[in-house]
Amino acid sequence: MQSDRAEMLDLLREDARYSTADLARMVDVEPEQVERLIEELEADGVVRGYKAVVDWNQHASEPVRAHVELNVTLDRETSYRDIADRLARFAEVRSLRLVSGDYDFSLEVEADTMSEVSRFVSEKVAPVPEITQTVTHYIMDIYKDDGIVFENYDDDDRLSVTP
Amino acid sequence: MSRGEGRVEPRDGPLEPSARVASVPPSGIRKFFDLAETMDEVISLGVGEPDFAAPWAAREAAIDALERGRTSYTANRGTQVLREEISRHVTRYGQEYDPDEEILVTAGASEAIDAAFRAFVDPGDTVAIGVPAYVSYEPGVRFAGGTPLPIPTRAEDEFALTPELMRAHGADQADLLVYCYPNNPTGATMDQAQMEALAAFCIEHDIAVMADEIYAALTYSGEHSSIATVDGMRERTIVFNGFSKAYAMTGLRLGYAMGPADAIASMNRIHQYTMLSAPTTAQYAAIEALQNCADAVERMKNQYNRRRQFVLSRFEEMGLDCFEATGAFYVFPESPWEDADAFATALLEEEEVALVPGDAFGAGGEGHLRASYATGMDDLREAMDRIERFVS
Repeated sequence: MQSDRAEMLDLLREDARYSTADLARMVDVEPEQVERLIEELEADGVVRGYKAVVDWNQHASEPVRAHVELNVTLDRETSYRDIADRLARFAEVRSLRLVSGDYDFSLEVEADTMSEVSRFVSEKVAPVPEITQTVTHYIMDIYKDDGIVFENYDDDDRLSVTP
Repeated sequence: MSRGEGRVEPRDGPLEPSARVASVPPSGIRKFFDLAETMDEVISLGVGEPDFAAPWAAREAAIDALERGRTSYTANRGTQVLREEISRHVTRYGQEYDPDEEILVTAGASEAIDAAFRAFVDPGDTVAIGVPAYVSYEPGVRFAGGTPLPIPTRAEDEFALTPELMRAHGADQADLLVYCYPNNPTGATMDQAQMEALAAFCIEHDIAVMADEIYAALTYSGEHSSIATVDGMRERTIVFNGFSKAYAMTGLRLGYAMGPADAIASMNRIHQYTMLSAPTTAQYAAIEALQNCADAVERMKNQYNRRRQFVLSRFEEMGLDCFEATGAFYVFPESPWEDADAFATALLEEEEVALVPGDAFGAGGEGHLRASYATGMDDLREAMDRIERFVS
C-alpha cells in the first residue's frame, strides 16, 4: 500500500493536469488533503515543476536538440557540483545529468537552429577549463519521451458491450 | 459476441437445433451491444475486459515463440513449465496444487468451466449458481444436461453468497455450486469468514464447488480469499483462474483449472478430446507473464483502484446508491429508475453512455446497473459528467 504522498506523486507524474477534485476522488481523500499534499511536495522540493510533453513533429516548427557528452577533470578546488552549477545556468541547457561510464555529464541542449546549438557547445561549454572533451549528438527523432510513446493510434478495438 | 449471433430459432430439417441449445436464450446484453454499435460518440462502461494491452514482455514472449517455430500442440494439460509456474503463483492465495496432476491449462477459464460442467454434472443434477453472475454458467449447466438453480444475492448483503440464501432457495439439495468472487457484475468480494460459512454449508450438504476466481488478482481490500483453502473444501472444489483479467490477455484465451488429481483427470478427458491443448503461443506468453510481469499487474491494479474510487465518489456525489465494490473492475449502483433496463436504454440514447442493466446477469441484479471502469480516466470522467447531467 502506497502512502498518500507517494500516491499523489505517482498521479501527478501520470497527469499533472488532474483536477484537485478528481485527485481527491481517485485517492479517496478530501480535496483539502490533496491541496496540502501537493503544497508539501512543492515546498519540500520534491516536485520542481509541471511541464507539457511535446511531440514537436506534430507542431508547425520544432527546435533543434542535441545530446552532448562531456568529459571533465576534477581538481582539489573543483567538484562535479561546481561544474554543473556553471552549465545549468544556461537557458540552452534543458537537462544536465552526471552519469557513469565513458563520459561524465550528459547534457541536453536546445536552440532554434543547428548552428546555434553548435555555437553554444563550442563557445560556452567547451571553453570551461575543466571540460576536456565534448561529443555532440543531434537528436534526429523522438519515439518516446518522459514515459509517453509518440504514436498516433489509440484505437480501442474491444467490442462495445461484453459480458 | 458477434454481429451474426441471435436467438436460435427452431427450424425443421436435419439441422434443427437440439433441445438443449434451443432452451438457452441469447444473452440479455445483446440489445445494448446492437444499440451502442450504431453510435459514434458512445462511451462504453459496458465492457467486461481490460482496456490495457497485455504487458509488452508477455507479448514479446509470444512473438519469440512464433519466431522460434513453437507452433505445435503442447501436452494436453499444458506445458510443464507453465503448470509449475501456475503452481508457484497460486501459493499467494494459500493454494497448493501439484503441477503434474492437479492443474489443467485451458483455452480461457471459460473452457475449463464448460469442461467441469460436462465432467461433473449428470442429467437431472442440480447446479446452484450464485447470481447475478457472468452469463455463461447457466447455459453451460444446460448444455451439460443439468438443472440450474439460481441463488440471487442481495444488495443488503453486499451481494455475498450466504448459507441463509443457499438454504432459502433450496440449495441444500444441490449437487454442485458455481459462483464467482470477486464478482462480475457486482464487484463484490467475500472475505475469509464469509467463505468459511459458505464452506460449512457445502460440506454439510455434500455439495461440490466450482469457484471462478478469474478476478482474484483484482482485489482492493486485502488479499483474495479462496474457498478451496478452507478446511475440508479442497477435495470438493475446482478453482478456475486465468490470464484474461489480471494480465489483460483476454484475446489470447488462456485459463486453468485446479483441483484434486482425479477430478482434473476427468476434466482432462474432455479437454483432450475437444481442445487437445490450449493455444501454444498463449502458453509462452503466460509463462513470461507469471515470471516477469508482476509489476505490470500491480500498475494496472493501481489504475483500476483509482478509477474505482473515482467512480464510487462520482456516483455518491450524484446521489446514486452504490455499495463499495472491492473487486474486479465493476461497480453496481442502484438504478435511479425502478426499471434499470429503461434507464440504461434512455441513457444510451440520450447521452451515449453504455451501462448494462443488472438483470442481464440474472436474478438479484434487477434494479441495478453494471458500470465497468476498465476505461481510461478521460473517458471515465466524461461518462460520469454525462450520467450526472442525465440524472439531475
